[in-house]
Amino acid sequence: MTRDTLLTVDNLSMRFGGIVAVNDVSFTAYGHEITAIIGPNGAGKTTVFNCLTGFYRPSGGHLALNRDGKSLRLERLKGHRIVRDAGVVRTFQNVRLFAGMTVLENLVVAQHAVLTRASYYNFGGLLGLKSYRNAERAAIACAREWLDRIELTARADEPAGNLPYGAQRRLEIARAMCTGPRLLCLDEPAAGLNPHESADLARFLVAIRDRFGIGILLIEHDMSVVMGISDHIIVLNYGQKIADGAAAAIRHDPTVIAAYLGEEEDG
Amino acid sequence: MSATQRLKEAALTALVALALAFPLLGFQTTDTGDGYITRFSWVAMATAAAFVGRILLGLVPQRFHLHQYATRYTALPGGRAVTLAAAALILFAIVLPFSPFGSRRTIDLATLALIYVILGWGLNVVVGLAGLLDLGYVAFYAVGAYSFALAAEWYGLSFWEMLPVAGIVAAIAGILLGLPVLRLRGDYLAIVTLGFGEIVRIVLNNWSAVTNGPNGIGDIPRPTVFGMPISPGAPAGVTSFNHFFGVEYDPLQRLVWLYYVCLAAALVINWFSLRIRRLPVGRAWEALREDEIACRALGLNPHTIKLTAFATGAMIGGFAGAMFAAKQGFISPESFNFQESATVVSIVVLGGMGSQLGVALAAVILATLPEFGREFAQYRMLFFGAAMVAIMIWRPRGLFTMRAPSVRLDQK
Repeated sequence: MTRDTLLTVDNLSMRFGGIVAVNDVSFTAYGHEITAIIGPNGAGKTTVFNCLTGFYRPSGGHLALNRDGKSLRLERLKGHRIVRDAGVVRTFQNVRLFAGMTVLENLVVAQHAVLTRASYYNFGGLLGLKSYRNAERAAIACAREWLDRIELTARADEPAGNLPYGAQRRLEIARAMCTGPRLLCLDEPAAGLNPHESADLARFLVAIRDRFGIGILLIEHDMSVVMGISDHIIVLNYGQKIADGAAAAIRHDPTVIAAYLGEEEDG
Repeated sequence: MSATQRLKEAALTALVALALAFPLLGFQTTDTGDGYITRFSWVAMATAAAFVGRILLGLVPQRFHLHQYATRYTALPGGRAVTLAAAALILFAIVLPFSPFGSRRTIDLATLALIYVILGWGLNVVVGLAGLLDLGYVAFYAVGAYSFALAAEWYGLSFWEMLPVAGIVAAIAGILLGLPVLRLRGDYLAIVTLGFGEIVRIVLNNWSAVTNGPNGIGDIPRPTVFGMPISPGAPAGVTSFNHFFGVEYDPLQRLVWLYYVCLAAALVINWFSLRIRRLPVGRAWEALREDEIACRALGLNPHTIKLTAFATGAMIGGFAGAMFAAKQGFISPESFNFQESATVVSIVVLGGMGSQLGVALAAVILATLPEFGREFAQYRMLFFGAAMVAIMIWRPRGLFTMRAPSVRLDQK
């Protein structure tokens, strides 16, 4: 099977004053694949995400996303445009739900762009036009599908802030998926989950990949998740890429082992 | 808690009370002698009261501490009770002028209360839904009032012609305020909006050539009844309401008509607010209040969301301003000081941010309280302050804390 290139990162650098958080990193992420970015704390993984999703403007390098044969330069798009035009969406290391809004509302807000268009920039919706009512019904139907997938249908009308932690994590992923992305960036989705929940999450991510054929970029410390589901792993250390390859190869890569466990002393 | 701990805490409270009471209660200015007399007995009483009060408060069992209920997100209980209460209020508002309470004074007061209700709902969009603390909301109220008053003075335009224009002009002012503060949040935003409110008032006060400065603008036309003025006689070519219907002129008719105009406007704005909450823009406002970064990560443009919130809130403020000008018949910058902004913010906070009914109730209470409290004018602020503190302790999310979801799973 030929791999379709989704994201090409070329010589990405990010400096904060004198600190180089990401130094000349290049990698490729493919559609229908889960690409994991791993590395010790402070390796620059989240900084890569922040550059990809428009929260930081990279100090150097190119980020090119293929969409329908065209190549979009992410570093030139505004933050909210990256989601709409390029279809790159992210979740956060510390869950960022709209806590006071209901679970369902969280999923409907994510479909803002579609609903705004259907409501003729809200004016049609104000007049109660049919096109908006239909669009809203479709948005709720889409949200319901995701609620079923993350097993939160029964709690749809509860404030999202009342959900247990694991459910909040799942909801955040579902909310990101409701924007209809092509590349889903997950920042430590298994953090704070117990082994059982982590295994569920891994199955969930594989299901998303297979069902929607999108690319998933995954930052994760939980190696059981990473090694189990990643098609391809990138290892960062001190802002530099030290390894890139399939799970089996990474597991035995001496530089990776050194980065995680420290070098063996000569003896 | 041990007895010594209690005593320690009470002593600390008494100390704070002493520090506050000494300058506030300890001296009274007089026009004879040294210019002041001391009344340290008052200070002693206040300190003692604080000491005893703190000890008594400490003896209240834990389970009566109400604030433990207020911090969690509350799901909406019984939407029916809210609907019933709202229906009862509306019904009461409709029959009020013909009820035994329908005196000149109450109708005038009720009209003012309705204007505050509209202002509260307008600010609720900005503060309650979008979570942007706006301390200069009175600026839009002033813009609405002045655009109507000036257009009437210069071009002889009527209330009905100017009502929509006043809203649009205020909305433009809202966008003008919104543009420079797009990047600001929280306290910083509050300070800038506070400044904006003052700038508008000071401009109105000093630009005498246009606004007639502190002397204000008078002779603002009253709203007509479908083009017919309510007056004993009418200028040539115009039929007055009284002539058309053959009713004797009574100054009360004007008041009642204005009251109904305000009531109708309030109902329309309520419908608008409820509706817009269920539109993408309304949900985006609430999402912005909850988490701006998450908004951006989901492809919502925070700048657009903020500007629409400011513009919508300002537009409603502009409508209220036009109605206020029509009610008073005379406006001056005096009516648009910071006190007004503070009152409207209190209405929104007291009512429960985001709750239509709560805001309406709070507006009625805050608008009418000063009138009923005239007899004890001296203690009015004291009472007001105590009420606010009590609300903040027991209901930090406002009188009505429940929030109706904008969409439910099983709706048809």
